[in-house]
Amino acid sequence: MDHTETLLDIQDLRVEFPISIGTVRAVQGVSLTLKRGEVMGLVGESGCGKSTLGFSLLRLLRPPGRIASGRILYHGRDIVAMEEKELLAVRGTGIAMIFQDPLTSLNPLMSISEHFVETLRTHEKGISRHDALERAGGMLESLGIGTNRLHEYPHQMSGGMRQRIMIGLALIMKPDLLVADEPTTALDVIVEAQFLDLLQTLRESLNLAIILITHNLGNVAQLSDRITVMYGGTIAEVAPAQALFDEPLHPYTQGLLASIPNIRLEQPRLHTMPGSTPDLVDPPSGCIFHPRCGRAMDICSRQRPPAFLRNGHEVSCWLYGDAP
Amino acid sequence: MKNLFRYILTRTLMTIPMVLILLTIIFVVLRLMPGDPVSAMLGGHAPEKVIEQKREQLGLNRPMHVQYADYIWKVCHMDLGESMVLQQEVTVAIAEKLPATIELTAFGMLITLVIGVLLGAYAADKRRTIRDSAIRLYGIVVYCIPVYWLGLMLQLVFGIWLDWLPIAGRTGPRIFASDFQNTGFYLVDTLLVRDWEAFRDVLIHLVLPSFTLGLTLSGIFVRLTRANMLDVLKADYILAAESRGIPHGRIVYRHALMNAFIPILTMMGLQVALLMAGAILTETTFSWPGMGRLLLERIYLRDYPTIQGVIIVFALMVAFISLLVDIIYAIVDPRIRY
Amino acid sequence: MKYSMAQGLSCPVRFFARMGRRYGVEWWILCFGAAVVLAIILMALLSPLVAPFDPYSQEAGPQLAAPGGPHLMGTDNLRRDVWSRIVFGSQTILKVSVLAAVISSFFGIFLGLVSGYAGGLADRILSLVMDAVYVFPGLILAIALAAMFGPGVLNITFAVAVIYIPTYFRLVRGQTLAIKQELYVEAARALGASSLTILGRYIFPNVIATTVVVFTLNVADAIMIEAALTYLGLGLPPSIVDWGMDLAMGKKYLPSGMWWLITFPGMMISVLALGFTMLGEGLAEILNPRLLER
Repeated sequence: MDHTETLLDIQDLRVEFPISIGTVRAVQGVSLTLKRGEVMGLVGESGCGKSTLGFSLLRLLRPPGRIASGRILYHGRDIVAMEEKELLAVRGTGIAMIFQDPLTSLNPLMSISEHFVETLRTHEKGISRHDALERAGGMLESLGIGTNRLHEYPHQMSGGMRQRIMIGLALIMKPDLLVADEPTTALDVIVEAQFLDLLQTLRESLNLAIILITHNLGNVAQLSDRITVMYGGTIAEVAPAQALFDEPLHPYTQGLLASIPNIRLEQPRLHTMPGSTPDLVDPPSGCIFHPRCGRAMDICSRQRPPAFLRNGHEVSCWLYGDAP
Repeated sequence: MKNLFRYILTRTLMTIPMVLILLTIIFVVLRLMPGDPVSAMLGGHAPEKVIEQKREQLGLNRPMHVQYADYIWKVCHMDLGESMVLQQEVTVAIAEKLPATIELTAFGMLITLVIGVLLGAYAADKRRTIRDSAIRLYGIVVYCIPVYWLGLMLQLVFGIWLDWLPIAGRTGPRIFASDFQNTGFYLVDTLLVRDWEAFRDVLIHLVLPSFTLGLTLSGIFVRLTRANMLDVLKADYILAAESRGIPHGRIVYRHALMNAFIPILTMMGLQVALLMAGAILTETTFSWPGMGRLLLERIYLRDYPTIQGVIIVFALMVAFISLLVDIIYAIVDPRIRY
Repeated sequence: MKYSMAQGLSCPVRFFARMGRRYGVEWWILCFGAAVVLAIILMALLSPLVAPFDPYSQEAGPQLAAPGGPHLMGTDNLRRDVWSRIVFGSQTILKVSVLAAVISSFFGIFLGLVSGYAGGLADRILSLVMDAVYVFPGLILAIALAAMFGPGVLNITFAVAVIYIPTYFRLVRGQTLAIKQELYVEAARALGASSLTILGRYIFPNVIATTVVVFTLNVADAIMIEAALTYLGLGLPPSIVDWGMDLAMGKKYLPSGMWWLITFPGMMISVLALGFTMLGEGLAEILNPRLLER
């Protein structure tokens, strides 16, 4: 697969939510790149900022959330600074997004066909209704849903079907990046496996880059080229999928992998991490993970670690480098 | 489709008990309350014999349950009796005035919906801004302005000081309703005979009364719409639509408003009561020859059968509109299970 | 005296500021409403002191004089002082609307509690009747009742009171049904508490918080209905000073541009209703933020 051209380049992104008692720093200086056709798994505990990061890629943050600083270069254009009109075009045709709950992600008063026709007509001025329906029908068929269901309403369909329709809607304008925010959390296990298969097929046939946001490391392992581990609004480690599983470097990644229940019951007890998720209104100084880290050193509480390169991993931990 | 018809049928049957209860309440209020309609009508100074005669004529000396059965029976046959002061069937008097009231309330409702729903949706979109607060304040203040006073003030400003609009009646002095009268809905009638001058005249007479009625009710709709819109705007499908690049305006005023409108529709049945109360007061202020004026004129004349007839018609209208609202609801919302 | 004036004032000022921070706009809405209501109640109580003229006096000034000079709000066709009539008129409207709300809340709460608690056929029938009255235009019912009762302060009060009984009934019955199912009520019943104890000790206190809000909003509505009835010429004899009647009288002089005769009585009705509404809205937000969302 061609992994040369940079599709997305996130530079020092900061996202804040001003609330009554202070400011939640949900994303605190994240830098990340994604190449064309690459699948990136974005994992971390709930509240680590992975979904917020996903939403800010399309500037979909709910007020009062806002991007405080940083750049999101998509094909070299900065999404953060984009005009409304250009942004709407990117949202429809460049970067697409699917959400956690397929049951509530479709307008209950609009039929499936209306959803498709609206999306097509927004981005392709002058497309006839007939052509739009034709395209929608083709899309449904490729997703394994009969065209006869085109005129049904969301409530008449199952959860798995609705999630496939969400995918179809997201991909109808042939975007080159799909942001999937915990797309399988609301689905049962069998449907989930089918869905991940579908994602794999689509990715190959469309050369689609995917950011797969999840807390389920199993999903990510199957599909991803690279995995980004987030903790407390920062990136702990980025590594090729296999390398991350074989040799996790960041103490947080190690803890996260150790806490996956093993199906063969080899471990007598599950590993749990001491402490709880950090307070993002008043985050710990230095490395955000240091209060929970078993290998914390002096410097950890004083200075935030930059990303160090080690064996193909980018790891933000003082164990792998020295202060410049 | 078959299901829909079955739903409409059962829903229609369900209004019957409500109508019966309303009819009973009217009967109780008008017959069992202290104060005898006949002596009240004759002024209390009439000789005993005359009163007795009148009572017999009206059937008021029969046992109460017989009167009640007779009353229900007659209402079921659209027989509301004969006026006590004029030689006129009550149904005829009502048929003459009803179109005027419907014309007024329909336009008032239209204005309320346009102003209230749009302002409410706009406020929800701009929530927690100065404009949102201003619209919320408008909602509260307008709700507290009595419709009759607003009518008088609009008359004063637009009718007297600026002299832009007429302040009384349905037509001006040079327009004769007999020239075009057909359905009683003057806007329709003038259109039917293509009398443009009369149409214009009817329309400008409608402006102040319908705005009076529409503005006062718009406060409630601002509030209902805003609250519902705030709920709907939090929904996932709004975010999903946004992620597909659908323009913001379309999302707010189509996707969100469409969904917010369904709970508003279900509550509209209750607002009808306010609309009718408002219509009665507006008719009095603007000398609008409708049901409200008829009711009050006949109260002063103590024309007991007509009073009863008018109130019955109002009750039937309430029942009919709440039925209509439910049916529209069933048609609009594809999720509803019949 | 050890405390200075400033110190004495700083305590309530701090209280107000704290409440303002805690509840935001709603707190100021509440304060504004309370201030308006309090001012008009004071005006009603101290009418003879506030009003410069006798409201009935037909020699207060020239006929139909515009506002200015000794007559703050002008005079009417019978040479009476409009401001003095407004001051005394506040007594009538407050008396009728508050008393009507008290009567309807009493009957509504009582019937709602008993009906909801007892259940059965009587409850079903009563609910149907209350629902029917609830959807029927209250003003029309009040007009019919006022016409039947004839003029009089008590008569109009009853006419207004009747139309609000269903509001309380529906609210209280619904809550009673819900609370009846709660475990702590079941437990109390299992321990042998009588129905009266359960109603009085467990259900009534839960119901009362929401009815306070509804009561305030109800008074606001009753104000407008009372004035509507008297504006229509129903409910009160002409010997009583009343804003609605003054408004109806002023209507006759509207075509000749006597604006003060309609502007001031109407404005007072609005302001009084607004005061009670804001009081209710503020209370609702502070007592129970979800109550008024529907």
